[in-house]
Amino acid sequence: MSEETEAKKPAAGKRKLQLDESLLGYKGVWVFVEHERGAIHPVSLELLGEGRKLADMLGVELAGVVMGQPGDTTRSFCHEAFFHGADLCYLVEDPLLTDYRNEPYTKGLTDLVNKYQPEILLLGATTLGRDLAGSVATTLKTGLTADCTELNVDLEARSLLATRPTFGGSLLCTIQTLNYRPQMATVRPRVMAMPERDATRSGRIVEDKLGMVESSIITKVLEFIPDEMQDKPQLPFADIIVSGGRGMKKPENFKLIWDLANVLGAEVGATRPVVQAGWLDLERQVGQSGKTVRPKLYIAAGISGAIQHRVGMDASDVIIAINNDPNAPIFDFAHYGIVGNAMTILPALTEAFKAHLATARKAG
Amino acid sequence: MHIVVCIKQVPDSAQIRVHPVTNTIMRQGVPAIVNPYDLYALEEALRLKDQYGGRVTVLTMGPPMAEAALRKAISYGADDAVLVTDRVFAGSDTLATSYALASAISQISKDMPVDLVFTGKQTIDGDTAQVGPGVAKRLDMQLLTYVSKVRSLDTENDEIVVERRSEGGVQVLKTSTPCLITVLEGNNEMRFATMANMFRASRYPVKIWNKDEAGIEDVTKTGLKGSPTVVSKVFAPTPRAVKAEIIQCESNEPGDLSVTLLAKMFNKHPKLEKEIAKRAV
Repeated sequence: MSEETEAKKPAAGKRKLQLDESLLGYKGVWVFVEHERGAIHPVSLELLGEGRKLADMLGVELAGVVMGQPGDTTRSFCHEAFFHGADLCYLVEDPLLTDYRNEPYTKGLTDLVNKYQPEILLLGATTLGRDLAGSVATTLKTGLTADCTELNVDLEARSLLATRPTFGGSLLCTIQTLNYRPQMATVRPRVMAMPERDATRSGRIVEDKLGMVESSIITKVLEFIPDEMQDKPQLPFADIIVSGGRGMKKPENFKLIWDLANVLGAEVGATRPVVQAGWLDLERQVGQSGKTVRPKLYIAAGISGAIQHRVGMDASDVIIAINNDPNAPIFDFAHYGIVGNAMTILPALTEAFKAHLATARKAG
Repeated sequence: MHIVVCIKQVPDSAQIRVHPVTNTIMRQGVPAIVNPYDLYALEEALRLKDQYGGRVTVLTMGPPMAEAALRKAISYGADDAVLVTDRVFAGSDTLATSYALASAISQISKDMPVDLVFTGKQTIDGDTAQVGPGVAKRLDMQLLTYVSKVRSLDTENDEIVVERRSEGGVQVLKTSTPCLITVLEGNNEMRFATMANMFRASRYPVKIWNKDEAGIEDVTKTGLKGSPTVVSKVFAPTPRAVKAEIIQCESNEPGDLSVTLLAKMFNKHPKLEKEIAKRAV
């Protein structure tokens, strides 16, 4: 229900970028370190990599925020955060934080922000991150930009430049938070690159208390039913993906995509229109409203390359596009383009890969 | 039982086009629809009403034309509709929007106390998923996001049990009403409008509230003034510096592609060749 998109004209020029005195003390970049059942969510590590860059540009420290039940596991997340770029970690351990619940996590994070005053706070755009970010931003009455695809800073104003797709993914816009701190943003998994893990790094841990009792928390967790993972396609972490768009004309033609994917040991992806038409499962949708992927090879067949799709896959190492329109936008960012009918090129490509791989294996 | 469902009128994003030369949005002729995610929230509210009785009020903030979205909701079976519209709301970001909606909900509850507030999980134009949590915080209500199912509702004891989609599983949560629930898509289907409700919708006098009627106490918390975020730049993505290398393959023969594409690509990306050879069957 954002109205952000309705601010038709850039308004930053008209409004002051100068910070009020009371906000000058806000320093440092924070990343909320999300974890589930004993492991850090990869998006938090990706954000630490990105946060490191922002902190270096601003000349400040990068901090991880770790909240969870007391114990070695929770504490070990601080060290993982150091290995991925953090200088320090704020740690809140409390049995009330065992499962994610909005109320105690919002209080814990809001209290830390008010006490230690970071200028930038980043969270993953997961179900947890979005739930928490929206609550914390409203409680602090500050700005929050969702699902950013690029983060940068305007050094002069010490202002975060948060770029995200807008208008259903047809344009990009850069959003700034003026004269409010911290500046908050969420980023979806796999949008930022995973930083190198450096196990020689260390940092300091700053501990804090939650200061709540169970009886004051209204929402109770009755049960947790874990997903059955095996059947679900894992597009975000696939190394090779073959995707089809509306240009595949009809659902039966996706057999050609599956054939190629089988030869390559690849996952199959699709654009939003294809998923909306019910040709493929929602889990396979690549793009702003679907999954963000970073494979080594992405083959796009019958996909025009709308921004909505592009922001979900343009970090792929190599992109091959097949489209019968030589002016399709996908050729602006693909590495290799084949202009022609996907229905005849796909089978030829499948055969070509098969033959090439057979020779390569013999030789290798 | 009184449920307020927050909805938004949005342009049908599937039909938005960008002007190829000026990079501006071509709004003309793009139909306005009820945000599709909000229909799941409305249907869930109507189902609870079917089961437990009570009223469903739909609420939106937007320009006068947003009345059409409310009328649509009435035709599906909502009882009341409130449009909050005033020039002071122009340019609101999610924080300012949540203030206006929370004020309006407080006004609505003066008529009949509100037990539940429903919203869609996000809109298709803003895609932020921030207004729901914002409204909950401002009303000091418990917040339950990404709810796939209402398991039970105890109207005697003001308790509700829901299933919430979380990372890697489903949380079963129990909380007290009033609370705010953002409803996940795909777990129900909007009913058809009945003839009677369509007639009712065409004659229904939508309540149109300006800032005062919506109970806005502090106008500096609304519109551009009340919005910490500003859009500083709107632009089209840049093409890569190097355009795609176009592979000519007139014959569409596998042999051709082997030479024109694969040999070339693997020559440049030898690691990729090894990677594929390793995993391919």
